[in-house]
Amino acid sequence: MAVKTFLEAIREGLRQELARDPRVIIYGEDVGVRGGVFRVTDGLQAEFGADRVMDSPLAEAAIVGTAIGAAVNGLRPIPEIQFADFIFPAINQIVQEAARMRYRSNNDFEVPIVIRAPFGGGVRGGLYHSQSVEAFFAHVPGMCVVIPSTPYDAKGLLAAAVDQPDPVLFLEHKALYRSVRAEVPEERYVIPLGKADRKREGRDVTVIGYGLMVGFALSAAQTLAEEGISLEVIDLRSIRPFDREAILESARKTGKVMIVHEDNKTGGFGAEISAVIAEEALFYLDAPIVRLTGPDVPAMGFSPPLEHAFMVTAEKIAEAARELARF
Amino acid sequence: MAHTVVMPQLGESVTEGTIGQWLKKVGDSVEEYESLLEVLTDKVNAEVPSPVAGTLSKILVEEGALVAVGTAICEIAVEGGADDGEKAAGESVEPTPAPSPAAAPAPSREPAAAKAGESDRGRYSPAVRRLAAENGIDPGALTGTGSGGRVTRNDVLKALEEGAATVKPAPSATSSRAVAEPAGMEIQGARAVIAEGDEVVPLSSVRSIIAQRMVRSKATVPHAWLMVEIDVTNLANLRNRTKAAFKAREGVSLTYLPFMLKSVTSALRKVPIINAQWNGDSIVMKKRINLGVAMDTERGLVVPVIRDADRLSIVGLAQATQDLAQRARAGRLTMDDLSQGTFTVDNTGAVGTMLTYPIINAPEVAIVTMEAVVRRPMVVDDMIAIRSMVNCCISFDHRVVDGADAARFLRELKRSLEAYGPDTEL
Repeated sequence: MAVKTFLEAIREGLRQELARDPRVIIYGEDVGVRGGVFRVTDGLQAEFGADRVMDSPLAEAAIVGTAIGAAVNGLRPIPEIQFADFIFPAINQIVQEAARMRYRSNNDFEVPIVIRAPFGGGVRGGLYHSQSVEAFFAHVPGMCVVIPSTPYDAKGLLAAAVDQPDPVLFLEHKALYRSVRAEVPEERYVIPLGKADRKREGRDVTVIGYGLMVGFALSAAQTLAEEGISLEVIDLRSIRPFDREAILESARKTGKVMIVHEDNKTGGFGAEISAVIAEEALFYLDAPIVRLTGPDVPAMGFSPPLEHAFMVTAEKIAEAARELARF
Repeated sequence: MAHTVVMPQLGESVTEGTIGQWLKKVGDSVEEYESLLEVLTDKVNAEVPSPVAGTLSKILVEEGALVAVGTAICEIAVEGGADDGEKAAGESVEPTPAPSPAAAPAPSREPAAAKAGESDRGRYSPAVRRLAAENGIDPGALTGTGSGGRVTRNDVLKALEEGAATVKPAPSATSSRAVAEPAGMEIQGARAVIAEGDEVVPLSSVRSIIAQRMVRSKATVPHAWLMVEIDVTNLANLRNRTKAAFKAREGVSLTYLPFMLKSVTSALRKVPIINAQWNGDSIVMKKRINLGVAMDTERGLVVPVIRDADRLSIVGLAQATQDLAQRARAGRLTMDDLSQGTFTVDNTGAVGTMLTYPIINAPEVAIVTMEAVVRRPMVVDDMIAIRSMVNCCISFDHRVVDGADAARFLRELKRSLEAYGPDTEL
């Protein structure tokens, strides 16, 4: 098994999908000649041709809209939104059309597209290159929202997303692209959507997260283990669908739950997890559910101190979990 | 700075109260002494005045919640510096406990055995409650290791491991709770059958308190009952002769009630066991005679109390009852009006009944009714005569009062009411 970065694992996944299924096409802003602004699609146009890996106009609504049309007509497009911050012009296409096509056509049409979008902050991106957009889409029935945290998961979840007959938003945290490396199998493998991964067993506090937060939570767990506090870390991997059973099982076990995400607190996905636990595991709770999230401010600042103030970090997770354990 | 308002002590024996209605919203400005909220204790709404002038910044206890005296219920932002806070702390309201989580014990005015460090006394997480209930242990008996001495789930699990499962629930639980749910029996009342078109009216706070107290009394007090009939012809004549002058002189109508109250106080003096309270393993003989008078209002039944009724004349009793009745109807009774009763009189005759089986206002041991005064043919000196008759019924707690005592009390009451003559000076 080769050691790969998060970014390389996704590139390999895309290459395998292109090679495996002639219906798969990739397009987006700068994904072809340039190979993507992050170089995720580097080399794919040279390998598979400009008919299957092509540059698109700078028009997100058109990127997703044409992908929907292509999907309804039998292709399996993997369009890229260059930064998740720019997905909003396409929200009408995604929410009104892609997510509802199966329902609206009484099951005659389906939209098997995988919209890839780099998201998240901590990379000096400022307002337009740091946003977390998952909660907007996790709200929509008919959508899948996948957020991998490791190279292994990224490749396996990408394969599952391509197999999925309904639209998938595949969110890749920019800070993970080159910062994590792990062994990734050469062959194609599928990690089913909606299955959480218990990254670490613990007994005092459950930390639930996804994407970049998972690594931070694991590092916090390492710190607290030295203090005799045992954290259980759950990686949701996809938030729609999400693994209720895994969440409830862990909540019942530890009785103390902390949810972490970089997205704002109000209406963030942590609220949904918190509600499910309150609805179904109330009598197992030994402390109020804690949400550790980005602040409810309009954007992540560009200046490093402001960015740091916004970001959820391993230190912040350790501090909040320590307090919860002591409660 | 913020000033924390705590649940005030609304009466000598009051340890907790239900938040009735917030009269101010968050963000409203309040004057000093302006009413902040209504609190229900006993059977009335008492208004809690603001101890300081400022802006209501935070409501900590929602309407309908039952809170112990001394619990923080809201915060008022006071303009200015710490000086205001110092001044405010000097007011009659309890100062807030220090903000540090490991603060000294909360003010322990609660009679229940309060342990040191229990700032969260009686508040347990759902997990702790469930584990404690499933295993029949009292979380209050455990030493909490959580923040501020909180009993954590792990504390319960540890206690279970150590075999503390045999610990019985503390018998010293607050009397109201313990009595309301006697001896672990859980008998569910019959549920209503709701058919189409039926209206379901939610319980008002007053209604639910009345319900709770009635169930408690009926479920825990062995009620026994007696009745006598009393000839009040002479009293009726006296009243008829003097009522116009009385009204002109005193400004209140002369009814039978003050005579009844006066006679009740003298009968209580002669049979003091009726003016007592049940205390579990003892009987408390009350020194003072404070008469509760049951009254019907739009909000429901209330029982305001005439303190030291035995010291009042007929005029004094007439004025006291009229005053309480007016304030009861206006919803303006205070906690003092409602507490410390030692015996209750129910003027059921006002609604025209002939015979009533009243429920005792526990922990008092008896309640007496005066039914309607009616003219009936009676045998007097072997002749039939038309007499004004009234029935008086007594329900009594048979743990404390025997039938002979109750009968003696009614005989004294009868003798006293029949002793009025047409020429008695008022």
